[in-house]
Amino acid sequence: MRAEPPGPQHEWLDGAAGPVVRPYTLTGGRVRPAVDGFDLVAFVLAGPGVAPSGQRGLQPEHRRLVELARRPVAVADLAAALDLAVGVVRVLLGDLLARGLVLVHEPPTAGLPDNDILKAVVSGLRAL
Amino acid sequence: MDYVRSDRGSSGPRLPLALKILIAGGFGAGKTTLVSALSEVRPLQTEEVLTSVSIGTDDLSGVEAKTTTTVAMDFGRITINEDLQVYLFGTPGQDRFWFLWDELAFGALGAVVLADTRRLADCFPSIDYFEQRGIPFVVGVNCFDGSRRFGIEAVRQALDLDPEVPMVLCDARDRQSAKLVLISLVEHVARQRGEPVPVA
Repeated sequence: MRAEPPGPQHEWLDGAAGPVVRPYTLTGGRVRPAVDGFDLVAFVLAGPGVAPSGQRGLQPEHRRLVELARRPVAVADLAAALDLAVGVVRVLLGDLLARGLVLVHEPPTAGLPDNDILKAVVSGLRAL
Repeated sequence: MDYVRSDRGSSGPRLPLALKILIAGGFGAGKTTLVSALSEVRPLQTEEVLTSVSIGTDDLSGVEAKTTTTVAMDFGRITINEDLQVYLFGTPGQDRFWFLWDELAFGALGAVVLADTRRLADCFPSIDYFEQRGIPFVVGVNCFDGSRRFGIEAVRQALDLDPEVPMVLCDARDRQSAKLVLISLVEHVARQRGEPVPVA
């Protein structure tokens, strides 16, 4: 006799799906940032002269994000640097944005980059 | 959408422009290998988390019984110059994670679909995805050692590709070979817009 098939919440779970985790503990259960956005290639930049050490209620990960964003850094790179899921990083960045500790520069969404940019990409790739 | 942005070129550090290129194809077609061959940094991984957010829940507190799981995405970076970076994102290989693709594909310049001639059908879903969304793509036929080499026209026929979609034989392990696939994509994007990139 076959075992009862797993319920819908288990269909994600197998070896290929990766470990089962509780990544949102860090965000107090919040899975969406306070604002939309934070594309994987949006650049995050710490606000000029911000000192997260003086801020109450921030986690160490928040402070780390601000430190990493002293120079412009992409959301995907932040997630990799902190070894946190992108969704978690987005929530943390939302907190920082709400406090004015970081600025977020979304990539342009209107159409393709202009032809000069495409040319630069091709010649840059040829030089690899 | 409520994007928060400030003007480029205002005071403060200059912000580079980052272009996104997706690397798709069936499981084991060489996506991670291609990203590794091209990335200037050790390929990085980021994870996306599957939670009940995908069914519209905004808050996980009080739903402790619900499980979450992560899907790893490989990515790499190529710095073209100080103002321009190319990010390569390997798409999750399993069809059931397609909803993650929509986010990856948003604003992407285009995609490389890697085909493995031993399991050609594995790349059909990727091709369908990009065709349906009008995202420019090229097909890289990854020539594995010992794998049977089909004629490129036979593969094109099997994939039922539009004639204008470029198809390139490649070795995903080889940087020079992999870069030619990307170049063919960028040239394809430019051609589609009617402004071909002149051969340098």
